[in-house]
Amino acid sequence: MTIREKSEYVQVRSIGELHLVWYRFKRNRLALAGLVALAAFIASASLAPIISPYDPLKMNLENNLALPSQDYFLGTDELGRDILSRIIHGAQISLIIGLVSVGVAFAIGVPSGAVAAYKGGWSDSLVMRLMDILLSFPPILLAIVVITALGPGLFNAMIAVGISLVPIYARLTRGMVLHFKEQEFVEAAKMVGASDIRILFRHIMPNCMAPIVVQSTLNIASAILSAAALGFLGLGAQPPTPEWGAMLSKGRVYLRAAPHISTFPGIAIMLTVLAFNMVGDGLRDALDPRMT
Amino acid sequence: MMIPILLGVSLVVFVLIRLVPGDPVVLLAGEDATPEAIRSLREQWGLDKPLHVQYLTFLWNLLRGDVGTSIRSGRPVVEEISDRYLNTVNLACLSSAIALSIGILAGVASGTRPYTMMDNLSMLVALFGLSAPAFWLGLMLMWLFAVYLSLLPAVGVGTIGHLVLPSVTLGAAVAASVARQTRSGILEVMRQDYVRTARSKGLPENTVIWKHVLKNAMIPVVTVAGIFFGGMLGGSIVVETVFSYPGLGKLLIDSISSRDYPVVQGLILIYAVVFSLVNLAVDMSYSYLDPRIRYE
Repeated sequence: MTIREKSEYVQVRSIGELHLVWYRFKRNRLALAGLVALAAFIASASLAPIISPYDPLKMNLENNLALPSQDYFLGTDELGRDILSRIIHGAQISLIIGLVSVGVAFAIGVPSGAVAAYKGGWSDSLVMRLMDILLSFPPILLAIVVITALGPGLFNAMIAVGISLVPIYARLTRGMVLHFKEQEFVEAAKMVGASDIRILFRHIMPNCMAPIVVQSTLNIASAILSAAALGFLGLGAQPPTPEWGAMLSKGRVYLRAAPHISTFPGIAIMLTVLAFNMVGDGLRDALDPRMT
Repeated sequence: MMIPILLGVSLVVFVLIRLVPGDPVVLLAGEDATPEAIRSLREQWGLDKPLHVQYLTFLWNLLRGDVGTSIRSGRPVVEEISDRYLNTVNLACLSSAIALSIGILAGVASGTRPYTMMDNLSMLVALFGLSAPAFWLGLMLMWLFAVYLSLLPAVGVGTIGHLVLPSVTLGAAVAASVARQTRSGILEVMRQDYVRTARSKGLPENTVIWKHVLKNAMIPVVTVAGIFFGGMLGGSIVVETVFSYPGLGKLLIDSISSRDYPVVQGLILIYAVVFSLVNLAVDMSYSYLDPRIRYE
């Protein structure tokens, strides 16, 4: 077999694997439904200014607490703002929250877990003890602790939620790097004189990405939930930002007169989180059928 | 193992509280205090000493059970906490009981009849339960049962009735994940040889499932019991705020918004210690459920 043929063989096989993953994913109806919902969520987040019928911040005190009607599809809130427009803009905020928080967690957790596992010794102990300390706080409490130090606000909430997710990435990455660093291809790379950094990030890490991507999909769901909880507690997004959790906390006061204020943002959170969970579960099953 | 981690936790809490923007002494003395008054307060609280001395004093006081004095009420933090912890314990116990009984029953019902209508339906409900934010579920239950049907009190504490809505709200997500874990545990165990043996020696199906299958199927459930408990501890902060339930979580949020940092510090420490102890207990319970796992 010539070298050229061999490289073609490898290429065909890798496309085949992706096809296989998609094929397995496609058969899972729940996962497909999640993917559709996710697409709708991303579309409404990115097209928010175009598709929302009203300005999400425009108050109209003469028409506050209005029930859902033809003009205001989901009614208006206590200041007469259109709830549908606020929910559509809230999708944008939630998408950013999910991506930024998971990005923060990924950027801190993955490299520290990888280096800890690859180097071993005292750097491993140091990183893992730090993670143990972070893990001795329940996740939402850890986020609250960070918020206490940084002060409330949407951006600080994203950082806080991101930090609370760091240990998940560090532990996951460490486990996989520990497994792969004993494999033959790593030894081969060492033989030809590749540097540690090159071995770790070019040879080992690409093998670890699939589970990390699955974990990230599920983590975006929990990040959106946590940030909404912070918003509800008054520690996250501040008024008048149309963040879903903060919208709900206002609705609590008007529960008797206008329950729709809290109903719809909650449904939006639930459907979004559900979509990420279903896609995450589906991806996990499609990538590794043994894990089901 | 526990002690270095707890030391680390105390250090994190100590450092974070000192990162808080604003001078705690000014907060304590009031906006219009004279510089002399502020200086004498600073000396009285030992805040003029170097940080490592402050930390050692903080640790020494912790060991004596002194976590400081509430700025808002002027009472010792320990008293503030002991006034309310029982409310949170009651809430946690009732919602764990609800979550475990519903979760295990639903998980067994699904796991023993996989891919039937019953299974699909209860797993879909579980997926919704996992995705619904607790504060929203709480508000919806409050609207339905307290406002619309007037069956249960909406807020406060006192009777069993006050506990029902918060515990159901808090238990829902945990029940959903227990159900999912139990189902996959049962599916895994049902395939094993000893189950076939138990059936072929003529044991009734119920005995096979509840005595033989369930014990091994629960191992993965117990593995994540620490996660459930953490979720509950965190969830109680949110749920207590929804129902204005006077427990530790409500105290934490109130203290953060009134910048009562000694109370915040004490509560965070308590939460972390309890959570770590539970995780330790979970680790140790593995070897009871699966005697093949041993600790040196």
